Order: sequence, then C-alpha cells, then structure tokens
Amino acid sequence: MEKVLEVKDLHISFDVYGGEVQAVRGVSFDLYKGETLAIVGESGSGKSVTSKALMRLLPMPPAKIKQGQILLEGRDLTKLSEKEMQRVRGAEISMIFQDPMTALNPTMTIGKQITEVLLKHQQMTKAEAKARAIELLDLVGIKEPALRFKQYPHQLSGGMRQRVVIAIALACNPKVLIADEPTTALDVTIQAQILELIKDIQKKTRTSIIFITHDLGVVANVADRVAVMYAGKIVEKGTVDEIFYNPKHPYTWGLLASMPSLEHGDEELYSIPGTPPDLLNPPKGDAFAPRNAYALKIDYEMEPPMFQVSDTHYAATWLLHPNAPKVEPPKVVRERMKKFEALTKDRGGEKR
Amino acid sequence: MNKLVEVKNLKQYFKVGKGQVVKAVDDVTFDIYKGETLGLVGESGCGKSTTGRTIIGLYEATGGEVLFNGLSVHRKKSAKEAKELKRKMQMIFQDPYASLNPRMTVADIIAEGIDIHGLAKSKEERMNRVYEMLETVGLNREHANRYPHEFSGGQRQRIGIARALAVEPEFIIADEPISALDVSIQAQVVNLMKKLQREKGLTYLFIAHDLSMVKYISDRIGVMYFGKMVELADAEELYRNPIHPYTKSLLSAIPHPDPETERTRKRIIYDPSQHNYKEGEDVRMREITPGHFVYCSEAEYEKYKAMHS
Repeated sequence: MEKVLEVKDLHISFDVYGGEVQAVRGVSFDLYKGETLAIVGESGSGKSVTSKALMRLLPMPPAKIKQGQILLEGRDLTKLSEKEMQRVRGAEISMIFQDPMTALNPTMTIGKQITEVLLKHQQMTKAEAKARAIELLDLVGIKEPALRFKQYPHQLSGGMRQRVVIAIALACNPKVLIADEPTTALDVTIQAQILELIKDIQKKTRTSIIFITHDLGVVANVADRVAVMYAGKIVEKGTVDEIFYNPKHPYTWGLLASMPSLEHGDEELYSIPGTPPDLLNPPKGDAFAPRNAYALKIDYEMEPPMFQVSDTHYAATWLLHPNAPKVEPPKVVRERMKKFEALTKDRGGEKR
Repeated sequence: MNKLVEVKNLKQYFKVGKGQVVKAVDDVTFDIYKGETLGLVGESGCGKSTTGRTIIGLYEATGGEVLFNGLSVHRKKSAKEAKELKRKMQMIFQDPYASLNPRMTVADIIAEGIDIHGLAKSKEERMNRVYEMLETVGLNREHANRYPHEFSGGQRQRIGIARALAVEPEFIIADEPISALDVSIQAQVVNLMKKLQREKGLTYLFIAHDLSMVKYISDRIGVMYFGKMVELADAEELYRNPIHPYTKSLLSAIPHPDPETERTRKRIIYDPSQHNYKEGEDVRMREITPGHFVYCSEAEYEKYKAMHS
C-alpha cells in the first residue's frame, strides 16, 4: 500500500516555568492511502499535540519540535517555512476540530467560511467557489445547501455545524484529514450520523484519516488501524482486530477492561489505579510501570522497546520478551482473546 | 420495597421571551426506591438534568410534586424541616473543575455542610470528620489543606463526593459525574460510588448520556425524550427488550468497543411522527410487562402488549 504520511521519532516539548514538559517522546507511525488510523489515549497522552504538530499549529515557543520528521509524500513538514506551510495547511492536510461551536467564526456566513479556503488555495473565481461550496454542503448531507450557504453558524444545530466544519476541511480534497475528537461534543445519535458521514466520504474520496479519540467504541467503529498512546509514546499499534481482540500491552488491557460491556455483570469494574505521570519529570523506565499490576523489575529500570507480534502488530512491553514470565490478562481481555481465536479460525487466518 | 422519592406529574417550564415556553420537563412521574440506583438517560436538552435539579429543589417546579420520605420538596415547610431535607439530599456535579470553589481549601469545602448543619461539636471533631471523609473516598488526610487546583480531575470528583457524603445524606443525585473524566478514571469513580452505596445504603439518581456506564451502575433506567419519560424498566430488561422506538434508536446508536459488532451494526432511526397521536388522545406511561413502563397510547399499548407477552 501507498504511504501518504510518515512520522519518524517525533519529540515535542513545551518550555514552561518549571522546566520542560516532554509531551511527545518519540512517536513513529505511517499512514496509508485511504485508511483510517485511530490514535487513542487519555488526556495528556500527547495525541492532540501530535496531531497539531502535523498541521504545525502548535505555538512555538513555548512548543518546540526537538527531533524527528513528518514526511508528507516524502517532504519533511518540520523543515518548511511558515509561508510554505500555509500552502500545505488546509490544502494537503486539514483538520476537523472537536467543538464546532468554537471552530466556526460566528460573524461570517457558512458560505464565506467555505469559499475562503477555496479562494485561498485553488485559483477559483468567486462564482466557481460558490458552486463548489454548495456542492460540498450537499456532500456532507446538509439539506437546502443554497439557503444554508447564506446563513450564520448560530442558525444551525451542533450536528449541522460539525458537518459544515467537515465541508471546510474537505474543500480542497486533502490527502490527509485529521479528526481531533470530532464527535465528543455531540449526542450519541448525532455522533452515529457524523461517523457514518466520515466513512462515507472516505469511500468516495480515498482520503487518509487520522482519527483522534478517547472513546474505544468510536475507534471500533471507524478505525482500520489503531495506535494507543500513553505518556507521550505509542505503547501499542496494530489492526483494529489485533488491538481489540489480541491486545498485548497491559495499558491496552486496562483501557478495554475498564469499560463495562453491555453484557457486563455485577462484578467490580477493572480499573487502572493511580493517575498518569507528570511529563515535566518523566519517570525512569516504563512510564506506565507505577500503575501496572503486571510490572516487572526491569520496567522500573529500562524502557521496553517495540516488540513485534505480527507484521502489523507491535507493543512496547517487556512482557513480550522471551524471558518474561507468562501472565494472565484480566478476565474481560481473556474473553476478547477467545473471540479473536474464533474469528481467525473462521477466516482461515486471513487478516483484514 | 420502600419508596424514598416520589415524583408525581412533575413539570418544569421555562419562559424564553415573547410568550414562548420551553417545556423542559413535561409531566414526568416515577418513584425511586430506597437503596437503588435509578439511571436517567437521554440526549442533551431532553430534560434529564432539569429533572434532577428540580427534584433537589434548585428550581421551583411549575407543576406536580416531589415527595421525599413522604414530605413535599417544593411546598412550604418550617426552617428546621427545610434544613433537614437539604441535608438528606445531596448532589454531585458534572464538572469537578467548576463545582469546587478555587479559593477554599479542601477541608473547608468538605466541612461547609458540616458547619451549616452543626454536625461537629468541636474543631477537632470537625477535622476528624473531614479526614474520615477523605479516607472514605480514597484520598488521604494530607490533602485537607490543599486547594482544588492541586488535584487532577478524578481526585476533584472524589472531593465532590466527599463533600456530598459529609452531611450523611440518604439520597444523592449524580448529574453526569463521570462525563468529564478519562476512561481509566471513570472506572475508579464508578467503583467508589458502588462501594459507598453498599456500605452506607445510599440511594442514587444517576444522570448520564453514556449508556453502557448507566447500565452497569443502575438497577432501573428511565429514558427521556423531549421532556417526557418514554420508557422505564429494569436495566437488564431495558437493554434486552427495549419497547419504545426512541429507546431502540438510542441503543442502536451507541458504538461498542468491539469491531465485529460494529461492522454488522444496523442503526435504527427514530421518527417521532410515526406515533400519529390524535388531538386529545390519552398518551401516558403504561405497564407492558411487570415493572416495564412505556409512554404510549391505548392502541400502542395493545400492540406492545401483544408483541411482548
């Protein structure tokens, strides 16, 4: 498959009064054409910082990209000047934000906000831009697009506004679309509509999507591949089936087990004790070790490398080392693993 | 089972100018039994939070009544009765950042209710109660002299719970208590709430939009839609056999953390016009199977009854 975006060993820090917050500590991933990569993690795990870095939207200073490369079709975005970056932003990479109430300008009509992008990036006349904007509104499922074109954001509901934000993001047929918690502010029924819309548009345009969320239900719905972030690092990545049915990292186990399934009985929920580490002074060794019931001695000394589980599945935990003791994951996760075995058997080992 | 809270034909209307009225809660009736957790779900704007806030008396009800242990919440009562009622009903709020006064220490936040209700005779007793509360919710006594900004979201929500518990309430209204927290912290707070319920025999009204968490914590669940309660049943029953088309649609919209079910999920779309209620038709909550109530007309009742027995 064709690689659209390659992120290599990205390190991002923020200079603050107390020192340096190491928000992203060595993140690498690839994004292929037409796929959806979900990045999951809790607040403070560095998922949003990573995505903003791709768009070069971080305020610098205090933020700085300490090392690493962001290659969009081979071109390193970290090396571009601001002027060159402006030609990339919105045209080749664009972004859907979490809160459609704040992402739109309340004093501009919907139409003006969409045509703005088109006039800036694609030498269109005003009339052409208007025709394209109405076409885009229609594409994102807004009824009476010609009427909505003239309206202001406050005249639209939350779900409609998010559709407009999506229309703006799609205006120039970007190669990469970053969706940063695009449905978190919406109700479940509206969320379901927006997710369907995003998937539908992806089928039509073959855009690659980076989907950032903390909701594992949403991930299961949209993702082809998943990267799990913790304390500024990717701790596990794999196909959606591998992450949900055959997770290897204890943090992924914790995330999956702490959500009650609808079949969940009355037993206590599995919970990850404690809180995420302070990235002002990242701990020595594995950052997850203090919260990890399965931590080994070595976890406090040395950071685990990425161990390969399959061609597509990697996890950074010492438990995968050949000399590590065998451990039993939580019950909920063991049940998921059983399901995975059944799944792969059905398909004769064929992978999605 | 004993009824602790009885909500009868509760109405809460808000004037929004030009003679327009928003019927946030429109004729809602339900009971909450002692020691149970009643979950209240629905989309934003359906009136679930307003219901909670009206029950505790934060709003004057437009119509109907709320009885707590047989005593009306909204009718005039003596100062002593009013105070006692406020002690017995407490609330945990959604946003642990906005609901704690940033200028007060944790000890003062937790002890505010103790002071108002005169529950501690000496300074020493007051502090001992604060320490006890902190330990009950899984914090420690060193935290007492700190300020809210020194805590994480999950820890703040624990302080909010400690504050509610400090006055020994019987009934707690939790309005989206975990929505602002991360997944791993949500489980911690939910486990804590369940443990406290077992130990202290508390009754909860748990308001949320995250249906899988609501199902886990609740004994019974009420579903609200546009100010009306449309379905009320045992948690298990509601998920296995939803009857009202809106409940079915809501359940079909939740994404499950399971890729295989997601690939095959069919979403049901709710169209309110499908009911086709006539002018003046008697539409109300009716019992379809024992303990399972649905908002329906006489004709629908017959239909549902035939389908589910």
